[in-house]
Amino acid sequence: MSEFVFLYRGGEPGRSPERMQQMMQKWMAWMKELGEKGHLKDQGHPLERAGKLVKGKQKTVTDGPFAEAKDLVGGYTLIEARDLEQAVELSKGCPIFETEGAVEVRPVMKISP
Amino acid sequence: MELEDHLFRQEAGRVVATLTRIFGVHNLALAEDVVQDAFCRALEVWKFRGVPDNPSAWLMATAKNRALDVLRRERTARTFAPELTRLLDSEGTTVSVVQELFGANAIKDDQLRMMFSCCHPRLPEEAQVALMLHILCGFSVSEIASAFVSTRAAIEKRVSRAKKALATSKSLFDVANAIDFAARLPSVHRALYLLFNEGYHGASPESAVRAELCREAMRLVQVLLNHALAATPVTHALAALMWLHAARLPARVDAAGNLSSLFDQDRSRWDHELVIRGQEFLDLSAKGTALTEYHLEAGIAAFHAMAPRPEETDWAQIVLLYDMLMTIRPSPVVALNRAIAVAQLEGPGRGLEEIHAIAGKDRLARYPFYFGALGEFELRSGRREVARGHFQAALALARNAMERRFLEGRVAACEGGRV
Repeated sequence: MSEFVFLYRGGEPGRSPERMQQMMQKWMAWMKELGEKGHLKDQGHPLERAGKLVKGKQKTVTDGPFAEAKDLVGGYTLIEARDLEQAVELSKGCPIFETEGAVEVRPVMKISP
Repeated sequence: MELEDHLFRQEAGRVVATLTRIFGVHNLALAEDVVQDAFCRALEVWKFRGVPDNPSAWLMATAKNRALDVLRRERTARTFAPELTRLLDSEGTTVSVVQELFGANAIKDDQLRMMFSCCHPRLPEEAQVALMLHILCGFSVSEIASAFVSTRAAIEKRVSRAKKALATSKSLFDVANAIDFAARLPSVHRALYLLFNEGYHGASPESAVRAELCREAMRLVQVLLNHALAATPVTHALAALMWLHAARLPARVDAAGNLSSLFDQDRSRWDHELVIRGQEFLDLSAKGTALTEYHLEAGIAAFHAMAPRPEETDWAQIVLLYDMLMTIRPSPVVALNRAIAVAQLEGPGRGLEEIHAIAGKDRLARYPFYFGALGEFELRSGRREVARGHFQAALALARNAMERRFLEGRVAACEGGRV
């Protein structure tokens, strides 16, 4: 098994509380399913939208967010899968696609040479 | 932990009512933004971490923290509610004042206050109903539009106008003023009645949406019942009317997904707990001297609920109640329903006479069940051809697939099938 990180980008929840509740229930169901099938290494964390960016030799500090809302990473999850292909298949169940978001699937680099 | 259905909706209404008291009604839009923000946080955190043990408290606490941020940031830039400003000036720290304003005792009447504020006499009734659904029940504009079979643009306009009117009123309604309270209560009753009716009789093609409106109206009536000044006999009559009608909702659509008339409903599918509760409300409504249309409509519903089979319905009592209803709130629809009761009691010929005598019956010209009733009485009188014409007229006016199927069945009945 290999490890992968799912980075959740964008996703507009809209202004309807009912819709938001439905979305959340879908997310929870999806996470639960990943867990039950043994793919969830760590369910991860949501990230705040704002923050600071420290950059360059001068260590210049700027205020975030650092990307447009549609590209902003809102959280991550650590996944176990056979290979990249399976990880991509798993990501397709993510409810983020219903709200015009995206999942970036990144293999965790293996330590062994 | 599983989330209760529609929890976000209900909590959105509760939280926005509390925030509006603290920020002041002129900052309604700000309160809505803070609620939106708090709910986005819940969505983000809970989808990773699961639902907390007390989700309602979590949402309220998150909103409180957001409110604190806003107050710290904008205290000099904005004016908030006078109550808040006074407390801040006299008692010092923002945190302690906000703690107090979010205390259980303080937020107890927030929904009630908002409900009364939404029923401002300057707003037309349909705007009051839309505003309550939007602010207190957490319905988005699109959801209201689909529930009312209206366009998003039309509802958007109605809601934003109503919000503007609300935001320019000097303050939220004062629920502690007994005289103003008693004067405004009838408008609140009326708006809740219209909301329930929209759900029960409304023209929406989707039955699920309609049941939701009924449920929201019942939830808001419950808020009234929990408040000493608002739990009047008239409020109990309104509650009785809603509970007794809601009891029949599970049977209104049969197993095949077809609309089922009161006469054909499988009465074992009525919700008997709601019937019992409705009867209790009806008993409580009899205290005092007030006799309103809600009392009479609840009474009619109770006579239906009491009949184990349609043939055992006490039509004489029901006609009597319709007679009284015609004196205090006459309308062509009430007259039509009265005519149907008369036909049950005295035969279809009398029913036809009563229908032909309805004053202003041209106002029923777009109402499919006006022609439906004419069709039934003609059919029962053995005039199949005339009946068929009426059912076809009704069919042309049908507002959704369910009504269409029902009326197609009646047309077919005139062509030699079951009568």
